[in-house]
Amino acid sequence: MSREIITIVDLKRDFIMGPETVHALKGISFTVKEGEFVTIMGSSGSGKSVLLHILGCLDRPTSGIYELDGLNVKDLCKDELATIRNEKIGFIFQSYNLLARTSAIENVELPLLYSNKVSSAEQRERAIEALERVGLGNRLHHTPGQLSGGQQQRIAIARSLINNPVIILADEATGNLDTRNSYEIMALFQKLNKQGITIIFVTHEPDIASFSSRTIVLRDGLVIQNDKNSNILSAEDELAKLPKQDAML
Amino acid sequence: MKLLKLFKIAFKAVILNKLRTLLTMLGIIIGVASVIAMLAIGEGSKESIRASITSMGSNMISIQPGADVRGGVRRSRTEMQSLTLKDYEAIKEKASLLSYVTPSVDGGGQVINGSNNWPSTIYGVNPDYLSIRVWDLQSGSMFTDADVKSAGKVAVIGKTIVDNVFLEGIDPVGQMIRFNNIPFKVIGVLEEKGENTSGLDQDDVVIAPYTTVQKRILAIDYLREIIASAVSEDEAQNAVTEVSGILRVQHKLAENEDDDFHVRSMDELISTSSSTSEMLTILLVAVASISLLIGGIGIMNIMYVSVKERTKEIGLRMAVGGKGSDILMQFLIEAILISITGGLLGVILGLGSTVFIEKFLHWPTSVSLYSIVISFAVCAVTGIFFGWYPARKASALDPITALRYE
Repeated sequence: MSREIITIVDLKRDFIMGPETVHALKGISFTVKEGEFVTIMGSSGSGKSVLLHILGCLDRPTSGIYELDGLNVKDLCKDELATIRNEKIGFIFQSYNLLARTSAIENVELPLLYSNKVSSAEQRERAIEALERVGLGNRLHHTPGQLSGGQQQRIAIARSLINNPVIILADEATGNLDTRNSYEIMALFQKLNKQGITIIFVTHEPDIASFSSRTIVLRDGLVIQNDKNSNILSAEDELAKLPKQDAML
Repeated sequence: MKLLKLFKIAFKAVILNKLRTLLTMLGIIIGVASVIAMLAIGEGSKESIRASITSMGSNMISIQPGADVRGGVRRSRTEMQSLTLKDYEAIKEKASLLSYVTPSVDGGGQVINGSNNWPSTIYGVNPDYLSIRVWDLQSGSMFTDADVKSAGKVAVIGKTIVDNVFLEGIDPVGQMIRFNNIPFKVIGVLEEKGENTSGLDQDDVVIAPYTTVQKRILAIDYLREIIASAVSEDEAQNAVTEVSGILRVQHKLAENEDDDFHVRSMDELISTSSSTSEMLTILLVAVASISLLIGGIGIMNIMYVSVKERTKEIGLRMAVGGKGSDILMQFLIEAILISITGGLLGVILGLGSTVFIEKFLHWPTSVSLYSIVISFAVCAVTGIFFGWYPARKASALDPITALRYE
C-alpha cells in the first residue's frame, strides 16, 4: 500500500483571546496517503484555514499528533519549520502571492533561494522545467502584470512544484478565477495528481470538490464527513462542456 | 552561497524601486559629499594656516649659551664663550631630527654706502639660515659654503638697508657696502618681511658668512647662538631633547650638573598652530556627523516603510521557507546596499565639488584619503545601524499574519 504522507491524530488548536479561549480545532484525525487528491471543505469559521496553516507548518497545534512524511512536526522550532516548508511543502494561495515586477522564472525560483542544496544553474533549470509542466514554457520572462489570473496561478503552481514537495497545499486556489479558468486549473491539478503528486485542496465550492478523490468536511472544528469520492469528474471533460461564448470573453 | 542568494534578492529589491532608492540615497550622497568637500576645504585652510605659521619659524630651535655663575658674579649670556663651532659640528653630525642647522654670531654697527649710513645688525651664519627662517631672496643669490670656508666678504641685505643706504633706482646687487669699515659685496637682497610679532624690523639685517663676521668684525672664535629647524613642527620638542643630549655629552656634563646652555623651541607658535587645527577638525567632524546622521535616519525611515509595504511579500517568503534570519539579512543587505552605493556616489560628488571649489572659487582644498575612508566606513555602519531595526521588525513577523496583511 502507498505510504502515509500526513497523519494527524486528535489535533487541537486553541487561541487565547483575552479572557476567552477559542477552540478552533477540537480534535481532528485523518490520514492522507501518497497520491491522494483531498479536498477540505467547510464554511467560514469551520477551522479549515487553521487546519491548513498547521498542515503547512506555518502554525503549531496546541495538542495532538501531526506527522508529515514520517516526521513529527509538533515539537519543531521556528527555523526547523521553515526548513520543512522549504523542502517538503508547496503552497498555493487564493491571491497567487507572486512578486510584482518580477519575471515568472524568478518567481518560480523563489523557494530555492532559501535552500542551500541547489546551485544557481540547477535552480534556473528546475524553474524552466516547472513552468513547462504548467504550460507556461513560452512565458518565462513575463511579469505577473503581463499575465492573466489563470496564468498567474499557474506560475504559483510551478513555484509550489519546484522543490519537489511531498505535498501541495492549495488554499482556495480557484477562488479568484472565473469558471473556465477554475476548471483549467483543476485540470492541471488532476494532471499533476496523475503524475503522483499528493494534493490537499481547501475550498468551499462543492463543484471543485467533485474533481478530487476524497472530501473532508469540517464544521465547528470537527470532521463531520470524510468520504472517498466515488464519482470523480474530469475537469478536462467539464471544460469541454462549457458554452463556447464563455471562451470568447 | 545562501548569502550570495540573499544578496541577489536584496539587490533585486533595490533595483525594482529605482526612484525611491535614489531618493533615499540622496541623504547619504549629500551627507558624504559634504563631508568630503568640507574636510577638503578644512584640510586646505588648515594647511595654509599651518604654512603661514611655519613661515613664522614654528619649527625653529635656538641654542644659546647658558648664564654662568663664576665667583658669585652672574654674567650675561652674550659674554659666554661656552658655545663653540665644535658644538655646531657635533649637532650637525649627530642630530637626526633637524633639517637645517647654522652657527650664528651677530654684532651691531654702521652700514655705509657712499654718503649714506644706517645703524644695523650683521648676522654671521651659513647658507642654511634662509631655509631656517623661511626667508626668500628678492634678487641676487645667497652666499655659498665656499664663501663660508674662505670667509668671503659678501653679504645679503634686507629691504630697510636698501631703502636707507642706496639711492632710489640703483640695484644693490653687485654694489659694495661697508660695515664697520669692512667692505662687503652685496650679492643678494631679501624679500620684504615686515616686523615680527614683537615689533622687530626683520628687514633691518645684513647677513654674511659667520666666518667673516667672527674674524673680521667681532674677532671672536665662539658662537653666540646655534639656530636649527626641526624636521617638523610635531618633532620640535623631541629635537630639543635630542640636541640637549648631544650638547651635554659635548660639554662633558656630569649627571648632577645643570645644562650650561639653553635650547628653546617656539612653543607658543606651535600651540597656536595645533589648537587652530584641532578647532577646525572638531568643527568639521561635528558637521560631518550631523549630515550622516540625517542620511541614516532617511534610510531607517524608508526601510521601515518598505517593511510595512512588503509585509505580504515577507509572509510569502517565510511560507516558502525563508527563515527569520534570512529575512533579517535580506533587509539588512538592502539597507547596506543603499548606504554603500549612496556613499560611493557621495564620494564621487564630493571629489567633483572639491575640484569645482578649487577651480572656480580658488579656495585652497586638500582631499585626504582618510576623509574618504572614514565617511565611507561611517556610511556602511550607518546602513547597518539604521537598517537593523526595520529588518528586525520584518524578521519577527508571524508568517500567517503577514500573509493575510492587506
